[in-house]
Amino acid sequence: MAQLSDIANEFVRQEIEEFIEREDERQHIIDLYAKASQQMQDIAASIIDGDNDSSDSLTSKALDDGVDATTVMDDGLIAGMAIVGIKFRENFIFVPEVLACARAMKAGMAHVEPILSASGIKPIGKVIMGTVKGDLHDIGKNLCIMMLRGAGFEVIDLGVDTSPDDFIEAVEEHEAPVVGMSALLTTTMPNMGKTIDAFIDADLRDDVKFMVGGAPVTPEFADDMGADAYGDNAVECVDVAKLLVGSGAKV
Amino acid sequence: MSDLLKRIASGDVLISDGATGTYLQSHGLEAGGCPEAFNDTHPHIVRQMAQEYFDAGSDMVETNSFGGSRYMLEKYDHGGRVEEFNRLAAEHVRASAPPNCFVIGSIGPTGEFLEPNGTATQEQMYDAFAEQACGLAAGGVDGFCIETMSDLEEITVAIRAAKETTKLPVMATLTFDKGPRGYFTMFGITPQGAAEELSEAGSDVVGSNCGIAIEQMIEIIAAMRTATQKPIITHVNAGMPKIEGGKIIYPHTPEHMAPLYTKLVDAGANIIGGCCGTGPAHIRAIVKALKG
Repeated sequence: MAQLSDIANEFVRQEIEEFIEREDERQHIIDLYAKASQQMQDIAASIIDGDNDSSDSLTSKALDDGVDATTVMDDGLIAGMAIVGIKFRENFIFVPEVLACARAMKAGMAHVEPILSASGIKPIGKVIMGTVKGDLHDIGKNLCIMMLRGAGFEVIDLGVDTSPDDFIEAVEEHEAPVVGMSALLTTTMPNMGKTIDAFIDADLRDDVKFMVGGAPVTPEFADDMGADAYGDNAVECVDVAKLLVGSGAKV
Repeated sequence: MSDLLKRIASGDVLISDGATGTYLQSHGLEAGGCPEAFNDTHPHIVRQMAQEYFDAGSDMVETNSFGGSRYMLEKYDHGGRVEEFNRLAAEHVRASAPPNCFVIGSIGPTGEFLEPNGTATQEQMYDAFAEQACGLAAGGVDGFCIETMSDLEEITVAIRAAKETTKLPVMATLTFDKGPRGYFTMFGITPQGAAEELSEAGSDVVGSNCGIAIEQMIEIIAAMRTATQKPIITHVNAGMPKIEGGKIIYPHTPEHMAPLYTKLVDAGANIIGGCCGTGPAHIRAIVKALKG
């Protein structure tokens, strides 16, 4: 079991000490960071700090130094977002800070993504993502998409105000096994259920798994409407998506 | 001092109106539809809504203009009708306003983020709020309620725009969530911080609306009261929305909320109204609770 003192980057140590209160979570994060190089920890620190200039130059340098792109992504960028996610959940930071961290992540991903695509590594799965009909909010969805792509998924982004038919067309065209739906307005939440019903009517329900999220959405509501999974935040979205593709959807 | 501010300064607890959005939705507005367009297409329903609230005992009624900024209307291809929709919104309320009652122009968020979080500049937002405020003023509002905001910067721009272009009184309210570490807006503002900053930004009345049930709103108002001497306004939801049988319901009845309205006054609220899920019956409950 690793210790806090095994982590070389001082800023990261301070962040863990100050903001990660749950014992099991803290140990998990310490183990994650302790096995990464200081160079990777420095990248993670730039994400936590929302410093996109640093994440840009540090990521670029690491790749130039010959560090594996997947390592840069996992041990640098995604590890950083894991702490960001915890701080956001616990109300230590809010939307503006998360957006700054997302910008830093995007700057780092700009260097990583081309290498990953060129390497011919197959995506670990295909996900259709959209905000439901009548709803124009997309910060959460966009954050999730960034994390999903970072984790190796191919994501088809349908944008906002997405009708059940749009979702169906996309699944048919791309043969994606997972559909992620987002809503920020309580008034548009029922459209998640309507979308799932449309898939049932079109005889496609068995071909996909549905994951849902968004501020007003709850696990109970997800269950009520017939979704397969619920995600509380962008980091969880990746775990949920991985679970769903591993769970043997038909397509 | 304007009549509205004089009335507020009198020390009486005033009663605002109930929900607009949920009212229109139960009178034909489809989910995801443009409420402000109803000012043009269904003027009778909009006027009826105002009439019902005044009849129920509201001292002031808000205009159907919450999403009436250019940014919001553009999403429905109505970006060129800001002046028209806002002016009509004000005229519809004015038409049924008894003497000694007030017409309050509702101004909601633009839905955009200011740079660096998004692409909107302060000047662009100022212009959008100014355009809206002027339309409302042309229709005859007595003042404004800038509401359901989360970003201190955006609400400050709106307060400036409304005050500088129309000289009318301004009320400003933010929406809070209860999280593991207390009450914060989505942007991380606390009730106390909000009360201080909004007062400093020149708002005549400060407060909170939406997003939370009355039990929590009482705590929010109490916190705000510790940080300002200004009058406080609150529009409270009929509870937090739930899905039941595929429909959205707001579970807090007038009976449930009645005793809690008095607690809101005790906590420091000077003006009380309803937000999502409330209707004329909730307003009648406030009247009864406050006047016996």
